[in-house]
Amino acid sequence: MVAKFKGQYGTGLESWTYLGQNYLIVDRALIPDILMLLRDGEQFDYCVDLTAAHYPTREKQFEVIWILYSFERNERVRVKTSIAEGDSIPTAVGIWPTANWLEREVYDMFGIQFAGHPDMKRILLPDGWKGHPLRKDYGILQQDQEWVQINLGIESGQ
Amino acid sequence: MNDPITHSLSHLDLNTKDETFLDSNELIINMGPQHPATHGVLRVILKLDGEKVLGTECVIGYLHRGVEKIAEHRTYTMFNPYVDRMDYVAAVSNGLGYCQAVETLMNVEAPPRAKYIRVILTELNRLASHQLWLGTHALDIGAITPLFYTFRDREEILKIFEKYCGARLTTHAFRIGGCLYETYDGFEREVKKFLTFVAPKIDEYEELLTTNRIWVERTRGVGYISAEDCIALGVTGPVLRASGVRWDLRKAQPYAAYSDFDFDIPIGENGDTYDRYLVRMAEMRQSLRIIQQAVDGIPEGPIMAKIPKVIKPPVGEIYHSIEAPKGELGYFIVSDGSTQPYRLRVRPPSFINLQALDQMVKGQMIADVVAVIGTLDIVLGEVDR
Amino acid sequence: MLEYIKSYLGSNLTPGSAGNMLWAFVYIALIFLGLSVAVIAMNWLERKILAHMQVRLGPMRVGPHGLLQPVADALKLLLKEDIMPAEADKLVFWLAPLIVVLAAFAVFTVVPFGPTHAVTDMNIGILFMLGVSSLGVLGIVMAGWASNSHYPLIGALRSSAQMVSYEVAMGLAVVSAVLMTSMNAQGTGTLSMIGIVQAQQQQGVWFIFKFFPLGFMAMGIFAIAMVAETNRAPFDLPEAESELTAGFHTEYSGFRWSLFFLAEYSAMIAVSSIAVTLWLGGWLRPFPNLLGGPLWDLVFSLAPGLSFLALGAMAAFNTFRMPRHSFFRVQTVGLALFAVLLAMIGVLMLAPGVRERVQDIFWFCFKVAVFMYLYIWYRGTFPRYRFDQLMRVGWKVLLPAGLGVLILTAIVGVLV
Repeated sequence: MVAKFKGQYGTGLESWTYLGQNYLIVDRALIPDILMLLRDGEQFDYCVDLTAAHYPTREKQFEVIWILYSFERNERVRVKTSIAEGDSIPTAVGIWPTANWLEREVYDMFGIQFAGHPDMKRILLPDGWKGHPLRKDYGILQQDQEWVQINLGIESGQ
Repeated sequence: MNDPITHSLSHLDLNTKDETFLDSNELIINMGPQHPATHGVLRVILKLDGEKVLGTECVIGYLHRGVEKIAEHRTYTMFNPYVDRMDYVAAVSNGLGYCQAVETLMNVEAPPRAKYIRVILTELNRLASHQLWLGTHALDIGAITPLFYTFRDREEILKIFEKYCGARLTTHAFRIGGCLYETYDGFEREVKKFLTFVAPKIDEYEELLTTNRIWVERTRGVGYISAEDCIALGVTGPVLRASGVRWDLRKAQPYAAYSDFDFDIPIGENGDTYDRYLVRMAEMRQSLRIIQQAVDGIPEGPIMAKIPKVIKPPVGEIYHSIEAPKGELGYFIVSDGSTQPYRLRVRPPSFINLQALDQMVKGQMIADVVAVIGTLDIVLGEVDR
Repeated sequence: MLEYIKSYLGSNLTPGSAGNMLWAFVYIALIFLGLSVAVIAMNWLERKILAHMQVRLGPMRVGPHGLLQPVADALKLLLKEDIMPAEADKLVFWLAPLIVVLAAFAVFTVVPFGPTHAVTDMNIGILFMLGVSSLGVLGIVMAGWASNSHYPLIGALRSSAQMVSYEVAMGLAVVSAVLMTSMNAQGTGTLSMIGIVQAQQQQGVWFIFKFFPLGFMAMGIFAIAMVAETNRAPFDLPEAESELTAGFHTEYSGFRWSLFFLAEYSAMIAVSSIAVTLWLGGWLRPFPNLLGGPLWDLVFSLAPGLSFLALGAMAAFNTFRMPRHSFFRVQTVGLALFAVLLAMIGVLMLAPGVRERVQDIFWFCFKVAVFMYLYIWYRGTFPRYRFDQLMRVGWKVLLPAGLGVLILTAIVGVLV
């Protein structure tokens, strides 16, 4: 499978295995094609999860991860891509409808925009929330204190 | 900061005002966050045409505690009790998934006896979770009596948990590398006693509901979802199986000691609320089978693998998932080699199953919304994390 | 004055028919009192019976076996803050519970507890009952509308649709019973509640057994429709707590809410008494044909007193079973007093003069109580119908069945 992809896309794609779990590292530009191909060509019809991780020291700060599963092959694969702050990434809602809320959650927690998402807004946090909590530079105290100061008029919530 | 109530509700198109008051014939009602049938603090905005539901929008996050952020600030061991607080009615399953995920990341394996204890407790917990589901689901549909029956029997399970680890709900039963506690004296006997006690009780629940005409009318054909839609929406667990997909992670990718046991995966045909009910009832019986085999065949030996005092998994990332009572519960852990997870992501089955609500209730009645929320078996602690 | 009081005692008419205002007021007061006690008792019984069906104990703390729980509840409701939503239509919001209560209580004007034990004997009694009892829906719609809130509004709409559609089936069942009253030599029927019972006495058969199974079916239809009419499980959609939080009375609290509660239970008693009057022979004692004769008459007339004595004995037995601990002393004494009270009532009812007068009231209440027990039983057993299913049952099952029974009754009546 990987060899086939490699032939098609060349260097934009690497494949790894860690502790028996396979994952592909894909260029951001190839993402929609690869995901589509994985679903249609390789029967990865079930998008288990979609998430992200923040690496502030890297040049491309965010890593977006799709975890896919194929009922046919009983096999999982992870697809990863790196994007920089402020970059958007094409949505996967058209490929797996389940990505809808998952992408909203990633946006909520990391501030990654998914281009073409039907309803890109926060999901777990209130709309007026400032910042994106799962970024590494998001302190867990600052938010709380600000909210308390504005809404309750006292110094600190702690 | 904006009030959450005023935020835009895009796909229901609530912001366009009607020209005159009398022309409007659609009713927007807020179900929740304080509502008896939303199982916690789920808020569903319903757009109604009379009794018929035109569209729904879930507003979630009222119970958001930032579990994933907390994980980045705690060591692997310290985070273990936190996972119990997600799906608080199936805390043992959460703990099992987490411990196994970290074990996979560290490349260690729990000893066989620990695995058996894990299976017994997890299956007991699945039973407890299904019993709670049945009681509340029936209550939502208006049958108040099953609730008390199921709570009476669930109590026995909680007693076993309490005796085993001192806690009833948020058990923190397992540790990374195995189990901390050896089974107490008479554990096997009590579990066996429970099995013989509960089997006729499950028949009793079925007697009340399975052939009850009103129950059948209220559930058959309600909240239909096809297997294709289930897969596309990522819906797992009994909901997926009720739509006819014979897929259970305990069989597909066996973990713990599940490969040692002989059990079936009950499936439904119609993908409606009634089939989901039947599938869960059958699953309870399968759980009993598994527990029986596990108690009979529990091996002797250590219960803790050799793991270092300070858990420092090597750099890497791992995804591990188990079949929780509600569906596929996954943990995606990124380790940077330190004592704390660099990133920990929980794949919550309730959250993803809830996404199917809109599709399942569109065009049905208000009363069905309640039935479908019940049949999805969501726990808001897990939806909001 | 004394003459005026005495003049009625000799007559064998209801005070209304005798034109005696004073005694009519006395009867009204007695019925009002009895009904309030019945609602309180029903509240306690429902909680206890339902609890025992559901493997729990129910109220146990307030008074022995929770006997004072309804009193405590009533006090709580009276003392609670009475909230009126700011956006509500004040006048209608205020009026709605009153209308519901009035409709529920007014019905009892014609309910015959005995041949003379009714406020009045109206010649259109059954029409009056059906008419007034369905006035309650007006109050419910008003409550839902005045609350200016979505859940009450949906509850009120459901309620009005439901009550209107079930009234049709109910009416048809009632007509078939009324038709049966005309199966006598003169061929004249009656709409008077007392007349209907007397017709059953004359014909020597309760209408439930007449033209078997037609009478039985008519009563079955009525028994289903009356549950829907009073918004009780499994037809409790207007107040489906898991869907509409509390339906039409979501916004009501405190005393106003308790009025709805009172009205619901008295409406249940009212429709049950219609059913008892029409099909179960009203105040007539059971087995008048099978176990006839003066001896059996005596035995049955002793039943009220004996049953109260039995209740007293039960209370006494439980008094002795009370834990011997100082914590329970008050409760034990309370239960003992309750036992004594019941026993005294029982002894009083065995007295020959009282016995004759009370036994018809007793049998009537006993039959109504059976229906009330059924209400509780339904609630413990059935899930709730969905709205469209409810409508389907009403229009597609009960209405044709009611029509069929009516037509068949007419045909059989002509042939016999």
